[in-house]
Parts: sequence; C-alpha cells; structure tokens
Amino acid sequence: MTRRGWLPWLLAVSAAVLLCAPLVGGRAMPLSALVHPVPGDAATMIVREIRLPRVCLAWIAGAGLAVSGMAFQAMFRNVLATPFTLGVSSGASLGAAVAVRLGLGTMLLGFTGVTAGAMLGALLATGAVYGLTRLRRDFSTVSMLLAGVAVNALCSSLILLIQYTADFNDTFRILRWLMGGFQMVGFDAALRVLPFVLAGVGILAALVGELNLLTTGEELAASRGVAVGRVKAVVFLAVSPMVGVIVSVCGPVGFVGLMCPHICRLLVGADHRRLLPATVLFGGAFLVACDTVASTAFAPTELPVGIFTACLGGPFFLWLLLWPPVGGGDAG
Amino acid sequence: MGEPALEVEALSFSIRGAAILRGVSARVPAGETWSILGANGAGKSTLLKCLMRIHTGWSGRARLFGRELESYSQRELARRVAYVPQPGGDQRFPYTVREFVRMGRYPYAGPFGSAHPGDRAAIDDALARAGVEAFADRTLDTLSGGERQKVFIAAALAQGAEVLLLDEPTAFLDYRHRAEVSEILHAINQESGTTILTVTHDVNAAIVMGGHALALRRGEVAWCGPAEELACERRLGDIFEASFRLLDDPVTGLRLVAPQGAVR
Repeated sequence: MTRRGWLPWLLAVSAAVLLCAPLVGGRAMPLSALVHPVPGDAATMIVREIRLPRVCLAWIAGAGLAVSGMAFQAMFRNVLATPFTLGVSSGASLGAAVAVRLGLGTMLLGFTGVTAGAMLGALLATGAVYGLTRLRRDFSTVSMLLAGVAVNALCSSLILLIQYTADFNDTFRILRWLMGGFQMVGFDAALRVLPFVLAGVGILAALVGELNLLTTGEELAASRGVAVGRVKAVVFLAVSPMVGVIVSVCGPVGFVGLMCPHICRLLVGADHRRLLPATVLFGGAFLVACDTVASTAFAPTELPVGIFTACLGGPFFLWLLLWPPVGGGDAG
Repeated sequence: MGEPALEVEALSFSIRGAAILRGVSARVPAGETWSILGANGAGKSTLLKCLMRIHTGWSGRARLFGRELESYSQRELARRVAYVPQPGGDQRFPYTVREFVRMGRYPYAGPFGSAHPGDRAAIDDALARAGVEAFADRTLDTLSGGERQKVFIAAALAQGAEVLLLDEPTAFLDYRHRAEVSEILHAINQESGTTILTVTHDVNAAIVMGGHALALRRGEVAWCGPAEELACERRLGDIFEASFRLLDDPVTGLRLVAPQGAVR
C-alpha cells in the first residue's frame, strides 16, 4: 500500500466505526433505529439519545487528543511528547478536582463548575510550562519536558491532597472522573467540545508545513524561514484549550495522543500534510472503538474507557521507549 | 568589487554572559566565495547562525543586499539566504529525499502547505545540481553521511537563495564525497553567481577553493584577505596558535600548509 493510498481507507474505517458503534451495546440495535427513527420507539431512543451522542463525543475527543499528541510530537521532536507528558491534562484534572471539592455545581458562562475548573486548570498548566521555559529563555525540548514533569508532579500531589481532605462522596466523584469516560446523555457535551476541536484542528492544518520543518530541528526550521518561537506559541495555544475542554468533559483519557499519531506515521509517513488528516480520522475511530469495547466487553459492567486506553497505552509507551523509531528523535 | 551581499559591522553576541563574537566586521561582495576559519570556539558557527537569525539578540549592524537584516521576516530572509548545518547530530529523518528537499520551498509556500507554481522545477533542479536524483525516493535514514550531506545542500538550493551559508560541509566525509561537495559548491558559485560562505577547519581546502578568507580568533577578526595568502607561518600561528610548514604543490602551483604542532 502506498503512503497516499491509506487515507481513503482511514476515511472509510472511521465512517464505518461511527455508523456501527451506536448499534453495538448491551443489546444490539438494528440499523433502522439510526436511519429511520420512529418517535417513541425504545430502540430509537437508546440509539439516538444515548449511544449516538456518546459515540460522537468519543470521536471528537479522540480526534482532538490524537491531533494534539501529533502536534506536540512534531514540536518537541519526541514521540513520547503528548499533552499528558507536558502537564496540560493534569492541570485540567486538578482544576476539576478543586471544582468538585469546593462544590462548584453552578453553571458558569454556560459551563458546569467542573468543566470551567478543568479548562482553567489546563490553561494555567500551559501558562506555567510556557512561563517556566520563558524564564529560562529557552524553548528547547528539554526545558519544556522538564517544566511539564514539574507541573505534572505538582498537580498530582495537589489532587491527592484534595482527595485526602475531601469526604467519601467527593473522593469517589473525583476518582471516577479521573478514570475518564463518555457516560453522557444528549448532544450537549459533544457540542461543547466540537468548536474547540474544530478550531484546534483548523489552526494545526494551517501549520502543516511548519510542523514538518520543526521535526527536522528548530535551527533548520528557522533557516528555511519558519518563525520558530511564534509557531510554537501558536501551537501551544491552539492545543491547550482543545485538550482542556476535552479533559473537562471526558476526564483525562490517556495515551490516545501517544498511540494514534505513531500508528498513523507508520501508515502514511511523517509528512504532516497526510499525517494530520490520518491522525484525525484514526484518533476518532480509535477512541470510539475503545469506548465500545470498554462498555461491552465486560457487560453488564461498563469499564471506564480511560482504564482501557491506559492498559493499551502503558505497554505501547514502554515499546516506544525501548525500541524508538528511527528519526523520531529522543529527549535531546 | 561587486555590490555587497553582506555587510557586518561590529557584530557582537553573547550566550549567558559569555562573549562568543566581539565586534566582527566584514564586507562580502556578491558572487564571492568566502572561507571562515579559526580554532574551535572561535565563533565561526555562531557567526553563521547570527547571519541566518537562528541566533537573535546580537548587537551591531548587519545588512543583507543593502537592507538591515532585522527588517527581513524569517521567510523573506530564507528566500535570500540558505543554510546547511554542521553534519552530525540527529539528521536521520523519516522523510524521503524528495520530501525533504521540497521543504526547502517553505518560504514560497502558501497557507495549509500549498505548493508554489515554481516548486517542481526548483526541486528537480536542486536534486540534479546536488547529484542526488538517483536516490530521490529513499528516506534520509537509509543514506550514508556523504549522500546525506549532498541532500542537505540540495534542500538549501531549493530555497533559491543568493547567499549560501555552510557549516563545515565536508567534515566527516571521505575523500571522494569531499571532492564531490567541493565541485557542487564550485559549480553553484560559477553558474548562478551564488555568494558562498563556508565555515571550515581545513586551511588547504580554503586555499584550493580560492576566494576570500576570514579568520576568527576568540570571537574577533584575526585576519581577512585573499585565501592564498593564508599560507604564511606567522599568520597561521597567530590564527590557530599552532605551527605550520609550507609545501608547494608542484602540479597546481598552490602553496599549501602542513600542521606541525601546538604553540606553547
């Protein structure tokens, strides 16, 4: 298969997954429930009100997380760089935990307290990582990853502190949210995430040439005419709100941004003009598939999808660490 | 003397308080070939990176084709000046040679990575002039160091720049590839009138290439003049803090140098 030839296949697979996933579940549903809705019919209700919104949310979140990972990997020249390694999602988690602890149940600018808290946390973590590297006057991979590690450690310990001081009920809510999942009813959540993902993907699509050059090194990119500092800031500011809002709605579903871009790179190559659409299509389908498996494999128990992706992602991470792909770059 | 391609006046640059370049001045006429020489740490590579604006925050003045270097956007700069980095480090990218050379067209690309009408011709021309057409569809991680260096030159050529900056282009290359790279650079200079600035450690390479030489010592200009005049024991001793013997090449008639040892 040629590198170009994979794209139509990815499109087909992604569409097929979107179409089939709502029909699969604790009870299989006929296709007619999706294409010929009958008002008041139970099957129609289940498919249209519960399963379809959930599948859409998972697809949008998967696409957003995967493309975020792709952008950070290009920027840091490191296949292990993801929004999660850089502290963006732990910042969001901390924000959500604080919101739960303080009992911010009220709506704020159309967002629930938890969503607003998580978005704020993501932006603060991004700001902290950006500020730390700025203080060092050095936007190298090493300083950004180190800043991410520091922010991660700080947020994790603060989440533990909050859980320690919280009552049993709040602790359980925080823990449950941290596992990640898409158990929502209606399209509200998907529609809340969609504009941020559209904006993020749009900005990154405009920067495919820059992302290609950044993977060859910042000095070379600068010599080819890339305004490196500005492009990195734009990528950071495009990706962070996208990750923040996804994490706030779905919880920190990990490793999607690590696995999907890597698999797509194997299929279509490293050129971001092909890699970006491939990653969006694959990331969406991947998370929908993961969620479908997680919710049906152990029926009637539904496994949170975050646990499932982490079980896949952990070994994948170690595999990349032990046998890094050629040209993927390392921490340097 | 032609129009100046590059004029540098009292250029100084420090990294974390350590002065790397101290008041470097030079005037490079368009179409000339210049060798930049000096001991390790003399500031040769740093000078190239300042001119390419990889390093920013230097003081002094630099003009490119009569216009202040700061007034160029990075894209505009890349259309006039191209840079070939020092070999080594991680240069084994998972791109094919053609994909990598195509990235040299970035300063002409529109939004969303769209192509420029002149791209295809420029890429084919660059591949041909650097002699890398034969492996245009192989990925960079499968090439030898010598082949890779020619690909980097091809990518710089694709930029269509009038000034070419090269950082030790023949370091780590075998004799054959060294000769090939020198021939490619000579042809580029002769056919297109491209101004070429090459950082090198090799005094003989500078003499053979001819043109001008700029010698740096601890960030300052130690000497500047015609390359053949480098063959002078006192001058070389001054630049490199090492002693040299002079040898006359009976075939070319050029006076070459052989290192003798360190001056203590």
